[in-house]
Amino acid sequence: MADEILQVENLVKHFPLTQGVVFKHQVGQVKAVDGVSFALHRGETLGLVGESGCGKSTLAKLLMALERPTSGSVRFEDQDVFALSRAELRRLRRRVQMVLQDPYTSLNPRMTVGDIVGEPFAIHGDPEGGRRRRVRELLEVVGLDPDHVNRYPHQFSGGQRQRIGIARALALRPDVIVCDEPVSALDVSVQAQVMNLLADLQKEFGLSYVFIAHDLAVVRHISDRVAVMYLGKIVEIGDEEQIYDHPTHPYTQALLSAVPVPDPTRRGTPIVLEGDVPSPTNPPSGCRFRTRCWKAQDVCATEEPLLQVRAARGPDDGADGGVTGSSHPSACHFADEKTARD
Amino acid sequence: MTNTPDPAPGTPLLQVEDLRVEFRMRGSTVNAVNGLSYTLAEGETLAILGESGSGKSVSAQAVMGILDTPPAYVTGGAVRFRGTELLGLPEKKRRIYRGAHIAMIFQDALSALNPVHRVGDQIAEMLIVHKGMSRGDARKRAVELMDRVRIPSAASRASDYPHQFSGGMRQRVMIAMALALEPDVLIADEPTTALDVTVQAQIMKLLSDLQDEMAMGLILITHDLGVVADVADRIVVMYAGRVVEQAEVKELYARPAHPYTEGLLASVPRVDVRDRALTPIKGAPPNLAAIPAGCPFHPRCPRAREERCPDEVPALRDVTGTGHGSACHYAEEVLGG
Repeated sequence: MADEILQVENLVKHFPLTQGVVFKHQVGQVKAVDGVSFALHRGETLGLVGESGCGKSTLAKLLMALERPTSGSVRFEDQDVFALSRAELRRLRRRVQMVLQDPYTSLNPRMTVGDIVGEPFAIHGDPEGGRRRRVRELLEVVGLDPDHVNRYPHQFSGGQRQRIGIARALALRPDVIVCDEPVSALDVSVQAQVMNLLADLQKEFGLSYVFIAHDLAVVRHISDRVAVMYLGKIVEIGDEEQIYDHPTHPYTQALLSAVPVPDPTRRGTPIVLEGDVPSPTNPPSGCRFRTRCWKAQDVCATEEPLLQVRAARGPDDGADGGVTGSSHPSACHFADEKTARD
Repeated sequence: MTNTPDPAPGTPLLQVEDLRVEFRMRGSTVNAVNGLSYTLAEGETLAILGESGSGKSVSAQAVMGILDTPPAYVTGGAVRFRGTELLGLPEKKRRIYRGAHIAMIFQDALSALNPVHRVGDQIAEMLIVHKGMSRGDARKRAVELMDRVRIPSAASRASDYPHQFSGGMRQRVMIAMALALEPDVLIADEPTTALDVTVQAQIMKLLSDLQDEMAMGLILITHDLGVVADVADRIVVMYAGRVVEQAEVKELYARPAHPYTEGLLASVPRVDVRDRALTPIKGAPPNLAAIPAGCPFHPRCPRAREERCPDEVPALRDVTGTGHGSACHYAEEVLGG
């Protein structure tokens, strides 16, 4: 589809776990990303949410071709990213850029802001009109004073530093920006500034975003579509309204119910999940969420639920007699809007 | 266990009055806390809400008496526990209150626990030192405490080391330790900030259950408007080391009376609302070595006016007659929307 700028198919990344120094041998593997497929449409924001260890940052590195996958493919405008030559990959990098979480460590403290934002030009060649002029333009675009071009990162606040990171990502006029927790380190009052900036830039330059975050409210705010990850897999994917207002996977439901809402008149009782996320070296058989799931039955241990639209079953089949199923892809044998707990 | 004199009736459990803390660095003084006052009642949950640099954590450390001097100096104010002033006490007496009456848990449980001692021993140590229990009794009690904070198979896990626990379980160990001496006040400094949201829900539920069981006063220090709305009875909002607003939790969210609080509420995205427009606060929190004159918030304030805000520090005053405090010259306008 021409509309799909990035296609991810069955992407797998396993990291070997080794023991010994001289006679290294593999004792297992961390299944960080384990069969992930999705497409990013031109001009949209796809949110990726999940808790720590779900593989979302590894996925970001794979999208940027900073890691090679164990198997599977990432296609950018129908080109397989991992089949490219070095020169081709470099050309691709102009078009897919990244914004990182920590504005304190992702900027070189000994470079001026002008050098940081202008560095992409040192690698990819100077823009028309000269590097200096373009850097000033970029600073202005992200809401920084162009006259601060000779300052160093420590002279800026956290929010301003994140703007510098965004200016650097914009320098080569990319089509796609992968944002890995771009506002997590920022104070609430500043976080909203950066989110609004990202939204404005998207409109202005027609950017497509992959927006990775653990904060579900932030992801809802910025995303058109959302994918929920658990232990290296996408468990549910749909548009923002489907995921947030009509979630059908128990994990999504638990996750959403656990987010405290800034409104004391709406205190809810969260679905409190028991235990911790299992280790990705040895994920549970069948459905990976079954060990913490209140709906789990025998089939969940033996048969892995596929990420697919699930037709509503008859009213007699539903656990509570209601309509079951999912109009968007959900990887649960018992996908259902009702949580069947109350 | 200690002989605290019976307080006069109506004395708050904990009272902080005009607390001031500064950090004396080479060449500059950082004014971290600049006249902080609040009270905590028995069994109450008070949230102290603030962004980075608001002084919320430093003030808690001053209340606990665990600031490093130098560079930090408490330069004024009072901290009274059931009427007894703590700030002037010699360290020997102060230590009796720490842990036994006022305990604290931190954001980062991994660095708060000793990595080379078994967690059971670390909890037992508290009981041996403070209560003079025998090693055997203390170990038994430590396992009971771990059980109480719902650590599965507590008896065997007591001999594990901190790194063998997940983030959520470590936080439980720290809570068990804080509760070992059955304190009257628990100060929780960003207890769930480093945790995933499902684990956060577990820990917050645990804290509120334990608070009910033990009738503790709880001070919850956080930057998260959602967590506050979920658990707090009352809120103190801090900015640049001062209280800018305080109120009952429902009142504060429904009718903010300070432009900073109003700005925070307009900045926060919500998981339960579609297409909410965010109106951020402009600028960034101030540098505490150079806090703006007048109202510290005025350079970022959309309601600031030339005639008073840049020169005159607004006092915290009751703006509704019902105990809703705001430190804004124009609080009535903020209330009016």
